Amino acid sequence: MDEFALIMRHEDGSKIASPEQMEIWMKATMDWIGGIAAQNKFVSGTGLLFDDAKVVHHNKMVTNGPFGEIKETIGGFIVVKAESAEEAAEFAKGCPVLGGEGNSMEVRKIAKRDGTH
Amino acid sequence: MNQQELIPHLFRTEYRKIVAVLCKRFGFDQIEIAEDIASETFLNATQTWSFNGPPPNPAAWLYSVAKNKAKNHLQRNTTFEAKVAPEIIYATDTLHENEIDLSPKNITDSQLQMMFAICNPVISPEAQIGLSLRILCGFGIDEIAEAFLSNKETINKRLYRAREKLREQKIKIEIPNAAEIDERLDTVLTTIYLLFSEGYYSVSQNQTLRKDLCLEAMRLCNMLIENTSTDKPQVNALFSLMCFHSSRFEARVDKNGELVLYDEQDTGLWNAELISQGGYFLKRAASGDRLSKYHLEASIAYWNTQKADTVEKWENILQLYNRLLQIQYSPVAALNRTFALSKANGKEEAIIEAEKLNLGDNQFYFALLGELYTGIDNEKAIRHFKKAFSIAKSNADKQAMQKKMDQL
Repeated sequence: MDEFALIMRHEDGSKIASPEQMEIWMKATMDWIGGIAAQNKFVSGTGLLFDDAKVVHHNKMVTNGPFGEIKETIGGFIVVKAESAEEAAEFAKGCPVLGGEGNSMEVRKIAKRDGTH
Repeated sequence: MNQQELIPHLFRTEYRKIVAVLCKRFGFDQIEIAEDIASETFLNATQTWSFNGPPPNPAAWLYSVAKNKAKNHLQRNTTFEAKVAPEIIYATDTLHENEIDLSPKNITDSQLQMMFAICNPVISPEAQIGLSLRILCGFGIDEIAEAFLSNKETINKRLYRAREKLREQKIKIEIPNAAEIDERLDTVLTTIYLLFSEGYYSVSQNQTLRKDLCLEAMRLCNMLIENTSTDKPQVNALFSLMCFHSSRFEARVDKNGELVLYDEQDTGLWNAELISQGGYFLKRAASGDRLSKYHLEASIAYWNTQKADTVEKWENILQLYNRLLQIQYSPVAALNRTFALSKANGKEEAIIEAEKLNLGDNQFYFALLGELYTGIDNEKAIRHFKKAFSIAKSNADKQAMQKKMDQL
């Protein structure tokens, strides 16, 4: 069993939705995570705030973040247990973020610290 | 209180006070002697009082006898003399080293210190509960054996090995300092909750014993609340949880000792005072910045005391289980979460989630699937109930499944 990070890429919700809508998304996200946890496949997770975001460039210049195209900015990630990237991708399909066109989920295997990765 | 009843009631209550003080005093090195002195005191009481009746102040009599026996032992113990004699010269303002302090404060302090010493991960959870029952709760070996559905030999062996381990590891009998207390409390709370669960979920037919186990767990938890250094949010949350569970004790079992399902319970038998207490301690637990699993379980238990089938109830329970499962997965939580999901989001979604749970050896998994498919695909529902029936362990469970099948 490996661990995979499911990285959510989407635009800052507060820019496009009402508090009411955000509450609905929040429930949908918690239900999605709850479903994974109920299968005993959840490891950890966190949101990454859009406020107070910085980008440090190769010339050490610091600008306001987050980095990237509006729809590609990282909003958070969870870590799940799965046998394969395909299985992890199946978990990712349930994320409500995908309800927005242009949003996406990136699936990346967590490096093991046993020197074999 | 007549004479026949007096001693058993006193035995447990006073034994655990006397034994805690003596154990703390003698340490794990001589813990058996401490327990022996305590037991001999009560044998003495039985022998004396049977002829002359109990004295006007039975507790004082017991303490006096225990103190004398301990003093005699300590004076006979030459190792003790060699270790302590030099110190007596300096400790002129403290109680003479051979004296046993059975003041209320020392009794409480000793019990708390023994609690932390016994609830230590170096011995197994069963050993922690066993030793807690013996020393902190004053249970007899017979009673402990019955609680575990085991026999005296096994329990004695278990306790013997536990004392050896604690001795060997030189476990200190003290309340941990502020830096370590949260971590050490975790083990203590786990043991207390396990003890409570033994009473609440056990299959033993002895109703009195089961209730006693629950009450003991709550009493130990309450001791932690009464002490400032251990009066933490998670302790209050656990106490709240136990209050809510206990409130349904009378309603859970019918006249024949069979389990009554939640939906069929007579809410008139739910103890309103315990429910109210649970609410009080849940409020008290709402402080600090650490959300423990006990907070979540207590909140779920609170919602379960609200019988009304509202959307708010089930949405709240669902979200609480969503978070609980992140902190700690358990098949029971997964099943309960899925049930709450069916009530909050609808059966169709719950069925999809249920099929992913992968709990194929669990009778309650199939019972849940049966529930979910009822009204949607009754043939499938019956198949699941049948499977649940076939792997169900108790008659009560089998009957419940049969009833479900008959209704379809």
